[in-house]
Amino acid sequence: MKGRPELYTSYAQDMAFLNTRPKRVSVSALVVLALLIPFLITDDLLQLLATGFVAAIGAIGLNIVTGYAGQVSLGHAFFLAIGAYTGAALSGSETGRVIGFGITSLPIWLLASGLVAAFFGVLVAPVAVRLRGLYLAIVTLGLVFLGEHVFREWTSLTGGPGVGRPAAIPELFGVRLDRDNAVFTAAQQLYLVMFVLLVIFGVLARNLVRSRVGRAFAAVRDRDLAASVIGVDLTKYKVLAFAVSSFYAGVAGALLFVVNGFFDPGSFNLLLSVQYIAMVLIGGAGTISGAIMGALFITLLPRITRELPAVLPFISGDATGAITVFQLEAVLYGVLIIVFLIVEPRGLFGIWVRVRNYWRTWPFSY
Amino acid sequence: MSVLEVTDIRLAFEGVIAVDGVSFEVGESELFAIIGPNGAGKTSIFNVLSGVYRPQQGTVRFNGEDLIGMRPHRIAARGMSRTFQNIELFSHLTVVENLMLGRHNHMRYGALSAFLWLGKARGEELKNRTAVEDVIDFLELEQWRRYPVGLLPYGVQKRVELGRALAMEPRLLLLDEPVAGMNVEETEDMARFILDVREELNIPMIMVEHDMGLVMDLADRVMVMDFGRPIRTGTPAEVQADPDVVRAYLGEQHRSVTT
Repeated sequence: MKGRPELYTSYAQDMAFLNTRPKRVSVSALVVLALLIPFLITDDLLQLLATGFVAAIGAIGLNIVTGYAGQVSLGHAFFLAIGAYTGAALSGSETGRVIGFGITSLPIWLLASGLVAAFFGVLVAPVAVRLRGLYLAIVTLGLVFLGEHVFREWTSLTGGPGVGRPAAIPELFGVRLDRDNAVFTAAQQLYLVMFVLLVIFGVLARNLVRSRVGRAFAAVRDRDLAASVIGVDLTKYKVLAFAVSSFYAGVAGALLFVVNGFFDPGSFNLLLSVQYIAMVLIGGAGTISGAIMGALFITLLPRITRELPAVLPFISGDATGAITVFQLEAVLYGVLIIVFLIVEPRGLFGIWVRVRNYWRTWPFSY
Repeated sequence: MSVLEVTDIRLAFEGVIAVDGVSFEVGESELFAIIGPNGAGKTSIFNVLSGVYRPQQGTVRFNGEDLIGMRPHRIAARGMSRTFQNIELFSHLTVVENLMLGRHNHMRYGALSAFLWLGKARGEELKNRTAVEDVIDFLELEQWRRYPVGLLPYGVQKRVELGRALAMEPRLLLLDEPVAGMNVEETEDMARFILDVREELNIPMIMVEHDMGLVMDLADRVMVMDFGRPIRTGTPAEVQADPDVVRAYLGEQHRSVTT
């Protein structure tokens, strides 16, 4: 239908993945931009963005269980840890100081990390079937402390606190992605791989949430009584939400430290869980694009606060002084969550919707 | 043959007896109404039928199958659908999504095909979307299709809830106060839809309602309850003439108006 882009002539068009022309144009533009970026900016920024993309995969996972299925989970750090150690152990050197099996092919250890984390998610899920809201949050919080203890003590796997172990080794079709080669630097390669993975996992998640399964998640979240009376098996969908969410967390966990190359068991603490909650709430609960925006925002935040001492002299750049950048960061997570919950509960996604609606009708107000 | 046979149901919460010795049958394409004062146990009967409560005693046979102890989603899968007294829609989802949820059990694909959205998943979604559009057409919901239901007016939400129940293609429809809180115009619209459901779709219904005009006009048979016990079951004319019913619920004045 020429000249009437929003006229649908079939339900297939209406239900398409990107069902309007502005969506198609803007998404293509973003993808092209993301593919050009590695050739435009410096390697340290690329590493930061790559970490942001990985965090986005994890945030999508948390959003599926918390934003869509309405089961508040503070245990995301635990599932990230399961993924990180599965990936690192599978791909690690067989002769090293810590456990390793030498399977360096990225698709294999990535899938395995997701599946192992999903398995633990299914183990935890029966608790979620019985509890809701605050009680579930407290139980999942317990997971983080359990995990912290186990990973601190199990030094043959984790290397122990303060020592750590090498992260998973990314190798794709025989090419080591974490080393420079003739065409690309390590940072460029990792950036591109993480971007492709984010696109794949983002598209898969978006498909899931617009399907019968995603609708059942939302039904469980909004009205569980009505959901069961219209035929949604509450137990099955709560377990499924935890499984999918933990799978995403496992995948993200395995990739999270690949850029740095090294990680410590102390990383998987409550603060990490809170950061992911912040990503979901700031980005927008119950949207895939919101989770991506939130994850990039939270990942880039430390970079911005680190520039502050130059502008505001009373903030100190190192660990000494009245207000340090590290304290400021911790405070900012809290402040941002509060501000977003009060001012824009739909998060960055909600701000985007408002901007879009303003320009859609511009110059008229309604 | 009757679609539903309820025999001697008794439901108690600790010391409070909500339903005591209720028995009734609903025949094919029959509109059966349950009336009674507040707290008489009408909604409790619905909750027993849809599996939310489990009675201490009695049997419920639905198309020959015993429903006692079955979980709600399994009962739904056998073709029992209902609306609620206080609207229980998924308020963040659009009208189309709410109706698609009504068709949850008409789709079979699982999470793995959902991830890919190819072949089976896509085909089932499209087919069921077409079925949902039939319901939208039937209940004249076209203009509200894309709105989140939380934003819609009360009367329209009641209609969407009926639509979600109809989208399930039920074999028995339970309507819990379908016109509660509606003005005259909305009530007449809803009455028209209920008659349409009976005449065009031929679905048997049980209706709980306080609007006596509506009940007496539409119902084939009426059961009157008080304090969890059935007082009288019969045609609207029989029930209205019964002195016990008049004393417990209708009141003297009502009888003089309607007869």
